[in-house]
Amino acid sequence: MSKPLLSLSNLSVSYGKVEAVRGVSLEVFAGEIVTVIGANGAGKSTLLNAAMGILPAVGEQTFDGAAMGRLEVEDRVAVGLSLVSERRELFSSMSVEDNLRLGAVRFSEREAQARMAGVFDRFPRLKERRRQEAGTMSGGERQMLAMGRALMAGPKVLMLDEPSLGLAPRIVADIFTIIEDLRKDGVAILLVEQNARAALNAADRAYVMELGEITMSGKAADLANDPQIERSYLGFH
Amino acid sequence: MDLTILLFLVQDGITNGAIYALLGFALVLVFAVTRIIFIPQGEFVAYGALTYAMLQGGHVPGTAYLLPIFAFVALLFDLYAERSRITGAFLLRQGIDKIVVPLGLLFAARELAGVSTIASLVLTVAIVSALGPHLYRIAFQPLADRSVLVLLIAAVGTHLALTGLGLVFFGAEGQRADALTDFSVDLGPLPVSGQNIAVYVATLLLIAGLYWFFERTVQGKALRATAVNRLGARLVGIRTKGTGKIALALAAGIGAVSGVLLAPMTTIYYDTGFVIGLKGFVAAIIGGLASYPLAAAAALAVGLIESFASFFASDYKEVIVFTLLIPVLLVRSFASKHTDEED
Ligand SMILES: Nc1ncnc2c1ncn2[C@@H]1O[C@H](COP(=O)(O)OP(=O)(O)O)[C@@H](O)[C@H]1O
Ligand SMILES: [Mg+2]
Repeated sequence: MSKPLLSLSNLSVSYGKVEAVRGVSLEVFAGEIVTVIGANGAGKSTLLNAAMGILPAVGEQTFDGAAMGRLEVEDRVAVGLSLVSERRELFSSMSVEDNLRLGAVRFSEREAQARMAGVFDRFPRLKERRRQEAGTMSGGERQMLAMGRALMAGPKVLMLDEPSLGLAPRIVADIFTIIEDLRKDGVAILLVEQNARAALNAADRAYVMELGEITMSGKAADLANDPQIERSYLGFH
Repeated sequence: MDLTILLFLVQDGITNGAIYALLGFALVLVFAVTRIIFIPQGEFVAYGALTYAMLQGGHVPGTAYLLPIFAFVALLFDLYAERSRITGAFLLRQGIDKIVVPLGLLFAARELAGVSTIASLVLTVAIVSALGPHLYRIAFQPLADRSVLVLLIAAVGTHLALTGLGLVFFGAEGQRADALTDFSVDLGPLPVSGQNIAVYVATLLLIAGLYWFFERTVQGKALRATAVNRLGARLVGIRTKGTGKIALALAAGIGAVSGVLLAPMTTIYYDTGFVIGLKGFVAAIIGGLASYPLAAAAALAVGLIESFASFFASDYKEVIVFTLLIPVLLVRSFASKHTDEED
């Protein structure tokens, strides 16, 4: 296989004295959906936030072959990495349209409009609601807006932190369909989920995270059939 | 009191109120974007007025020298903060921003002092607004993630420092500029001076300009976004350090314009800005540091009350204006449901 787009190696992240992520190595290649599954508190969000540059980390981080450990969040967006955080982090008092426009803040008005048209094709619901305030939308719509806003930057790798959190099953299915469409359109996905069954179904490869460490990794299909995974993460569904 | 006096007082009140509205806007703007309660706003007014008065009198103003000094200190801060990742492009940007522009403005001030009213006006706004971003870099950027209280303490410190620097660079003498124009019209019994008209026009233009900036331009939206959700702003690639600098540049520019408008109407000393800024502050506080229209209405009220107070009880006019704040704050603190900061 070619070189990975996103590569984290031996990454550790601490909150004060508490090490929430310990020596994690992970790679995402072009065209892949990669998932990290694990229980609440395992360190998944911490891992993504560190990869985005929000939290300081030790270890090696490269993007598209270049070191990115010292890049600020803004520069990581510019090279092609985006994060849809667990809390969405929308501009709640601003319109859907303004939220999307700001997703392409570095780009000209014309380029942004072209990208927005693309996002509206993918999420027709957002087009209907383009003038609505982001904070007044439903959970599913907010998740779609957060994903649409991240796509406005044109990421090569899109990191999604629990996109199905708190959403109705039908909307979760929609979100996963969109994730697979994105992969077809050339966006590699790093997906963090507690909803392990849906994540393993969608993903090519998977990592299992426990107490800040990667304890297992492999093809998603293999992990989905692993008896231990089934017991710990899939059994109660 | 006859009608003419009444009209005079109203006109005076509205004129001052317009300027307080501008300052109130600047305070709301800075707080929304950076969470700084920006005490030194008044110093920008004094600097603007003194800079304009000196340029008009054919002198090179102290701020023209202060700017390269501020810029140089900011340059040292940036070089130190970025020491491990200095690139050619970074040095070029810094060189233009922190050396070429400030020295260019100093040069322009030396060449253009006393040449024309327009030149003095443009130079004043350019020099004083250029101070804003460097001030942010030096005094506030290192504390950007700290609490509102820490930022407030930094703001008080900055106010004291700027007042002191004002004394050093402008001296203790007061200055008064010539009127922008000696044009005047009579509205019934009331003569309206060109200066008054300039205040109204400038205020309305600035308000329209700010509205356009925040509603229509992507940079303006980025500033609003930073105010609404700082982390969200970083996640879409907005440089939040940059937005703080833009906010202070705007605030300094608004202060400079207010100073230029005030300079022909009253004598300004290096420390006059504080009390003027404080009245803008009263307006901003009544607006909850959040609402531009409320701040504007409050500013007009402050101007009118002050004007009538100075007629009926001139010794107590400041006391009356600031005492008004107390019932307003009481009502606000009882009526407001606590809206937690979004994080
Ligand atoms: N801001 C924080 N400060 C201190 N500890 C934190 C903070 N955020 C998360 N943690 C701790 O780090 C660990 C990992 O959290 P997190 O990355 O959110 O897990 P996950 O996303 O897998 O549920 C947990 O033990 C959590 O309590
Ligand atoms: Mg999480």
